Amino acid sequence: MTNATAAIEARGLGKRYGRRWALADCTVSIPAGHVAGLVGPNAAGKTTLISLATGMLRPTAGTVEVFGGKPASGPDQLARVGYVAQDTPVYDGLSVADHLRLGAHLNPRWDAALARRRIGQLGLDPKQKAGALSGGQRAQLALTVALAKRPELLILDEPIASLDPRARREFLQVLMDAVAEQELSVLLSSHQVADLERVSDYLIVLIASRVRIEGEVDELLATHHLLTGPRRDAASLPASQQIITESHTGRQSTFLVRTSEPVIDPAWTVEPVSLEDLVLAYLGHTAGSAQGHMLEVHQ
Amino acid sequence: MIWLTWRQFRPQAITAAIALAVVAILVAATRPGLANGYAAAGLPTCHANCGTIASTFLDRIGNFDHILFYGSAFLMYLAPAVMGLFWGAPLIAREVEAGTHRIAWNQSVTRTRWTLVKLGLVGLAAVATAGLLSLMVTWWASPIDAASLLGGSAQAAAAGGHGVHVSFSGFAEARLDPVIFDARGVAPLGYAAFAFVLGVAAGTVLLRRTLAAMALTLVVFVVVQVLMPNFVRPHLLPPARFTAPLSSQHGPVNVNAASGVAYIQLTAPFAKPGAWVLSDIVITPSGAEPSNVIMTPAGPELTTMPRACVPAPGSGINPVACGNTLAAMHLRQSVSYQPASRFWPLQWIETGIYLVLAAGLGWLCVWQVRRRRAP
Amino acid sequence: MVEFHINSRSGVAPYLQLIRQVRQALRLGLLRAGDQLPTVKDVAGMLAINPNTVLKAYRLLEYEGLVAAKPGVGTFVTKTVSDASIAAHQRLSGELSAWFGRAKQAGLDIEDIEALFQRAVTSAAREEEEAV
Repeated sequence: MTNATAAIEARGLGKRYGRRWALADCTVSIPAGHVAGLVGPNAAGKTTLISLATGMLRPTAGTVEVFGGKPASGPDQLARVGYVAQDTPVYDGLSVADHLRLGAHLNPRWDAALARRRIGQLGLDPKQKAGALSGGQRAQLALTVALAKRPELLILDEPIASLDPRARREFLQVLMDAVAEQELSVLLSSHQVADLERVSDYLIVLIASRVRIEGEVDELLATHHLLTGPRRDAASLPASQQIITESHTGRQSTFLVRTSEPVIDPAWTVEPVSLEDLVLAYLGHTAGSAQGHMLEVHQ
Repeated sequence: MIWLTWRQFRPQAITAAIALAVVAILVAATRPGLANGYAAAGLPTCHANCGTIASTFLDRIGNFDHILFYGSAFLMYLAPAVMGLFWGAPLIAREVEAGTHRIAWNQSVTRTRWTLVKLGLVGLAAVATAGLLSLMVTWWASPIDAASLLGGSAQAAAAGGHGVHVSFSGFAEARLDPVIFDARGVAPLGYAAFAFVLGVAAGTVLLRRTLAAMALTLVVFVVVQVLMPNFVRPHLLPPARFTAPLSSQHGPVNVNAASGVAYIQLTAPFAKPGAWVLSDIVITPSGAEPSNVIMTPAGPELTTMPRACVPAPGSGINPVACGNTLAAMHLRQSVSYQPASRFWPLQWIETGIYLVLAAGLGWLCVWQVRRRRAP
Repeated sequence: MVEFHINSRSGVAPYLQLIRQVRQALRLGLLRAGDQLPTVKDVAGMLAINPNTVLKAYRLLEYEGLVAAKPGVGTFVTKTVSDASIAAHQRLSGELSAWFGRAKQAGLDIEDIEALFQRAVTSAAREEEEAV
C-alpha cells in the first residue's frame, strides 16, 4: 500500500485568512483504494482541506498533491477527481437530462450508459428542472454527475448533512455500490461520526484546524482501549500507553488509552472503543487541561 | 463547453432575437416611405440647389419617423449597456454567487478554457447583435443621413436660407454629430464588445456580488461613452481648419424686434454639409478673438456699433462708410472641424480602440479567474 | 439466498456480523454447497457499508473453509452443514425451553432472563472475537 501513489498527499498544508489559520500544518497521506472519512466539528477546517485538495483554493503554506499531481492543474488531472461540494450544488435552471449532457460535453471519460442507468434506478424524471428536485434527489443528481465522469478519486463535502435519514441511507447505498463497482477512492467529510462509521475504512480527525489523528479504522479501533479499574493515578500507567482521556470517581478510574501493545495488567477491565467514542475522546483531548488530556474528576 | 455556454445563454439569446425581430419589423414597415420621399424629391440625382430641396424633404418627414430617428439612436446607446449589464456582469459573478462554479470548475475543463469559451461565444453574440441592430438602423436612416449630407436641415428650410454648420439645432443631425455617430456604422460593435467584457471583468473583480458588478459596469461604461466624443474623438485625426473673411451682405444694420437694439449681422462663409464643427470663432488679423463679436445660430454679430454704422439723424446709414469700416476690421471666421468624409475613418479608428480595450479587459478576466480562488 | 443486515448498535464489528449470519444460514440449511453468496457490490450497496468490510468477511469465511471465491464469478459455499448439527439444534432448542421454565420457577421475570441471556451472549461474542 505504501508503494502506491497516495490519493491525497498533504505536507505542512495550511490556509490563512487574515490572521486566522483555517487549516494549519496539515500532513496526511490518504491511501488510494479506501473510503476515507474526514470528521471534525464545524469550522474545524474540513471544507478548507477539501477546497485545497480540489484546487478551489490555493495554499498559504505547504503543498497538496492528488495522485502525485497538482490539483486542477490541467484537463487530465481534473478528469481523475470528482467533487460534490457542500449543499450539493446543481444548476437550478437546467433539467436532469441537461446535467447529463453537461457531463458528456465536459468530460472525455464520461460514461453515458452508467449515468442513464443510475438516473433510471433513482427514478428521476430527466425533463425535470434541477431546482424542483428534493434535497435528496439533488444530492443524488450531483453524485451521479460526479460518478459518471469515471474519476479515480471522489471527494464529497458533507453531502448528507442536510438530508433526512432515508435520503441519507439511499445516498450512502449508491455511493458504496459505486465504490464496489468502479474501484473508487473516496474522501467523505462529515461533522457526525455516525454517518461515516459504516462506510469508512480510513479516518482523519480534524479539530480546530489541525489533524488530531489519522489512520486505518481497523488499526485505530485495535489500538484504542477503554480501561476500567480501581482508582489509580495517571502516572502509574506504563509509558507505552498514551492517555487520551481519564475520569475518576471515588473508587474507580477510567482511562481511554492508545497503545500498540496488549494490555496485560489484570486489574483492568479492557473494552473496545467505538469510532464515535474515539472521536469524542479526541475532541475532549484537544480542549483539555495542562496534562494535555481531558481530566474528569467526580469526587 | 460550447454546448454549456449556449444552454446557459439561451434565455438571453431568445430575448435578443425577439428585440431584433421587433426592430426589423419597424424598419421594414417605415423605410419604404422614407426612400420614396427621398427619390420623389429628386435627391438621388440632384445637382443644383440640393440643400434647399433636401431641407424640404426633411421638413416633410412625419412625426412617427422623427420618433424613430431619435429612438433608434437611443436604442443604439442602450443596447451595449444592456449587454454589459445583463450578459457580461452575471457571466462569472452569478456562477460563483450560486455556487455552481463548484460543478463547472470540477469537470475536465480548466477554468481558463471555461472563461475563454464563455467570453468568446457570448462576446461574439453581443457583437453580432449590435452589428445587426446597427445595420438595420443605419439602413433605415440612410435617406435622412444622405439628405443632411446634401446640406439639408429642417430648420434651415423654415428659415429659407442655406444650411450653415449643423449642431443640435434642427432635426436630422449629420452622421458625424456625436448624437448620431454612436448609432451608425461599426462603432456599436466596438461598444458592445467593450461593454460586455467590461461587465465580465467587473464580475470577476466583484465576485458573488452580481448587482454591484452591474452597477460598476454601468458607471464605467457611461463615463467612457461621455469622455470619448468630447475628449478623444476630436483628436483621433487632425482636425481640418477653415478661415475666410466675414462679410455683411444683407444690409449692415438690423434692429432686434424685441428689444429695439440695433445690431449688425454678418455672414460667416463656412458651409460644409455633414461636417462636425469642433470650434467656430471670429478672429482678428492677430489671431485674437475680439470681445465685441458673438456667435449666434444665425451667424456672427457685432455687439458694439462702429460710429460709421450709426444711422445719422435724418439721413440713415451711409453704407459705403459703414462697409469700409467693417472691412477695415479684417474679421475672419476660423473653424476647426472634421469633414464629412472622415466619418468612416473615425468609425474604424474608434472601433479599433474599443476592441483593444475589450481585449485588455478580457485578459484581465482570465487572469482574475486563474488567480483568485473561491471555495 | 441469504439476506444480510447490520446492527450498528450491537458493538460487534460489521464483518463479524456478516460472518455470523453466513454461519447461521448454513446451520439453518438456508445455504448449501454450491450456492452463491451475494456479490460484494450488492451487499455493500444494500447495507451502505464499505465493500472492504464485505471482502474481509468473505475472505475469513474462505480461510475457515466454508466458502470459496471464484475470480470473476463470485463466492460460493463449499460445504453443506451436516444433519448432525440440525439434530443438535433441536436438542439444544429443547434444553433452552427447559431452562426458561426453570428460570421462571426461580422467580426471574422476563427482563432478568433477558439480562442474563444478553450478558452470556456478549461475553461469548468477545471470546470468539479474540479467538479470530
